[in-house]
Amino acid sequence: MKELRLMKGNEAIAEAAIRCGADGYFGYPITPQSEVLEYLMAERPYEKTGMVVLQAESEVAAINMVYGGAACGKKVLTSSSSPGISLKQEGISYIAGAELPCVIVNVVRGGPGLGTIQPSQSDYFQAVKGGGHGDYRLIVLAPASVQEMADFVKLGFDLAFKYRNPAMILTDGVIGQMMEKVELFESQPRLTKEEILKQTPWATVGKTPDRERNIVTSLILDSAIQEQHVNKLRDKYIEIEKNEVRYEKIQCDDAEYLFVAFGSSARICQKAVDMGRAKGIKVGLLRPITLFPFPKQVLFELADQVKGILDVEMNLGQMVEDVRLAVNGKVKVEHYGRYGGMIPSPDEVLLALENQIIGGK
Amino acid sequence: MSENITKESIIKEENCVYKRTNLLVDKALSYCPGCGHGTAHRLLMEVLEEMNIQSETIGIAPVGCAVLAYEFLDIDMQQAAHGRAPAVATAVKRLMPEKFVFTYQGDGDLAAIGTAETIHACNRGENITIIFINNGIYGMTGGQMAPTTLPGMKSSTSPYGREVETMGNPLKMTELVAQLPGTYYVTRQSVHTPGNVRKAKKALRKAMENQKLNKGLSFVEIVSNCNSGWKMTPVQSNKWMEENMFPFYPLGDIKVPVE
Repeated sequence: MKELRLMKGNEAIAEAAIRCGADGYFGYPITPQSEVLEYLMAERPYEKTGMVVLQAESEVAAINMVYGGAACGKKVLTSSSSPGISLKQEGISYIAGAELPCVIVNVVRGGPGLGTIQPSQSDYFQAVKGGGHGDYRLIVLAPASVQEMADFVKLGFDLAFKYRNPAMILTDGVIGQMMEKVELFESQPRLTKEEILKQTPWATVGKTPDRERNIVTSLILDSAIQEQHVNKLRDKYIEIEKNEVRYEKIQCDDAEYLFVAFGSSARICQKAVDMGRAKGIKVGLLRPITLFPFPKQVLFELADQVKGILDVEMNLGQMVEDVRLAVNGKVKVEHYGRYGGMIPSPDEVLLALENQIIGGK
Repeated sequence: MSENITKESIIKEENCVYKRTNLLVDKALSYCPGCGHGTAHRLLMEVLEEMNIQSETIGIAPVGCAVLAYEFLDIDMQQAAHGRAPAVATAVKRLMPEKFVFTYQGDGDLAAIGTAETIHACNRGENITIIFINNGIYGMTGGQMAPTTLPGMKSSTSPYGREVETMGNPLKMTELVAQLPGTYYVTRQSVHTPGNVRKAKKALRKAMENQKLNKGLSFVEIVSNCNSGWKMTPVQSNKWMEENMFPFYPLGDIKVPVE
């Protein structure tokens, strides 16, 4: 049954994992995402659904547990925050190379280094452009509400299994910590052994006489075959770009100016749009929901309509590179950012639009 | 002697005293001639065959010489990142507790880069089997110093011999994990003589059987040779192992379950 609850973003991730029939969560405490593990430990889902919850000895161990579970065809996830996600990169690369489905949540905090525990969006490059070694892509979802934190766990798993590819939920300390009303989706049971065999016939569940052994590996020593493998990955990423672009257009129909922002920055820009409109500025917002695949086409089209674009991020300017690539020089694109844990106000974002784009400074 | 003895009359099922296990893939091993890995692989597969658990076993291969173990073992296998096999195996076993799960790791993998994963899987008492091949050297990358390289032992990164003052001491992982409450059975074996092969096989059998009891982790170290890395003939390397490795890494059970 659908259920309405007031929850923290991090708790919504955890509750959604139980409800979507996850088989296992492997995590390690780090601020500002520890509530995910805490919630799961308190809920004891093992007794209700059979879901395994384990506090690992490190983020490195946790992501490798995800590798092991995913290789068995199980629905497994992990969550962490920036420094912890850096530690997971080796494992993420192996997961991508071995084409395993899983969900990884990054509740981003400011960096580099140990940085701050305050919210930031400075892991965009790491999530979207690689992070680990080798040619690979993650499916990257950017929730802008607690509702989407819950919904994207389910969506993340669906996409991960559809493409045999790791999916990342790239969120931040704002969305992770804030409380909002959430309509929780109906619980679905964990897959049975038979369903797993059908869904993931490649999984290592024990070799039976009716088939060859299943091997999950990312090692291909023969360069020619490794190249073929990377080509196969490339074709998959092209397919994902074709099918899975998601975005939200807010007041774009008559917009003369455009904000582009994801996650919590998009929430701030949404307010700035209202404030701008009240002042007579026809401004809209494009909110990429998938950061990979990036909504290039809609931006390319909007660039014909608007006079200028302000990219707003809580970082030094990362997504702005993708915005500029999509716009391809058609209109002016500027970046406005706060970082190090600082969160911009709607007023300063609107002022930045007026100064950097409308004023043309 | 009867005159009608022919090849065909000898090759009969009832005359068969030993045969290659069906659980080894019919493929040339990638290990150097004289290396103990091949024997360890065979023993492990014989154990699985005798226990009739091929369809219930998932193996985790390491990074190192045994990275390609899955090419030779006819069971479902995963290849783990360097040192992470115990974490990978933890999840496999937790998610499928009815299965038999083992890791097969070398000394660099288990005792250097994977020290944390090894100790914590042991300490949590994961109901898995860890097989630890210790030859005191990084074989695959060309003979560099390992965490288990003996004092004074030469390697490509300790060309004048391991100086413990600057390079640290060899790590006795097996004694270390035996101290942890999560380990149920801890033993050190070798596979360099027929007698030791038989003992090692018994240990592996026990280590796999233990998983049925759900009482914690079974840890089997196999001290082995690396004739290529040690730059010796196989015979010389086995002799050197007896004279140098065994005094530092004595064979035998270190922790046995209290019946």
